[in-house]
Amino acid sequence: MIFLYAFLVGGAICVIGQLLMDVFKLTPAHVVASFVVLGALFDAFGIYDWLINFAGAGATVPITSFGHSLLHGAMAEGHEHGYLGIAIGIFKLTSAGITSAILFGFLVALFFKPKG
Amino acid sequence: MLNDPKNYSENIKPFQPRIPYAANCVRAFLSGGLICLAGQFMETFYIHFFHFTKQSAGNPTVATLILLAALMTGIGVYDKIARFAGAGSIVPVTGFANSITSAALEHKSEGIVLGIATNLFSLAGEVIVFGVVSAAVLGIIRLFIEQFF
Repeated sequence: MIFLYAFLVGGAICVIGQLLMDVFKLTPAHVVASFVVLGALFDAFGIYDWLINFAGAGATVPITSFGHSLLHGAMAEGHEHGYLGIAIGIFKLTSAGITSAILFGFLVALFFKPKG
Repeated sequence: MLNDPKNYSENIKPFQPRIPYAANCVRAFLSGGLICLAGQFMETFYIHFFHFTKQSAGNPTVATLILLAALMTGIGVYDKIARFAGAGSIVPVTGFANSITSAALEHKSEGIVLGIATNLFSLAGEVIVFGVVSAAVLGIIRLFIEQFF
């Protein structure tokens, strides 16, 4: 069942992005930026964890999950070390994504030729 | 009337291509949904064989998707998918990998240091800036509120 929910929720988030681009004439950069902020906002109210439990990858694959895991890591350390913990923990959960993006982006750019 | 600066956005309307709203939405839904479905298969795989939990399985999944998207950008397939998928290829984390890789590829001719490394985040940097700023602000607010309750 989680496979169906992942498909539906992930698709629905992308439709919202498409509508923002078509109807409100936002550029892709603006859409992605607002989705990251929305993900952090949803996590601040505890909605995003519920969505991950419900839809699995449908909630973790869209870029909204980046904002969610930034705030999540910040709060986990923040509860231990106070306000300083926010700076310590903010990249804790997104580290895998950012590391792989830099590493693979660099390697691909090194070994492939630009197309078109 | 066309040169009237006040009604410019009204006047150019007949000259703009019509946007197929419904078709764009269906494409975004299908392609975005399929990417998330593929992610769900990976997540299930990581949970069963590498003992991740439901909350932590997103990390290796995102890393795998980023690897695949970077490779597809390198061989030029991702651009073709993006032309069909619209937001369905931008909103998932694969779009983040695509913007990093394509920015680096585009500036490859300027060298490894000044081209690739400097431009790696020229498109995707906004994601990290807005993410960190909003998460830091919201985190401070939440910690402040939690002190009193």
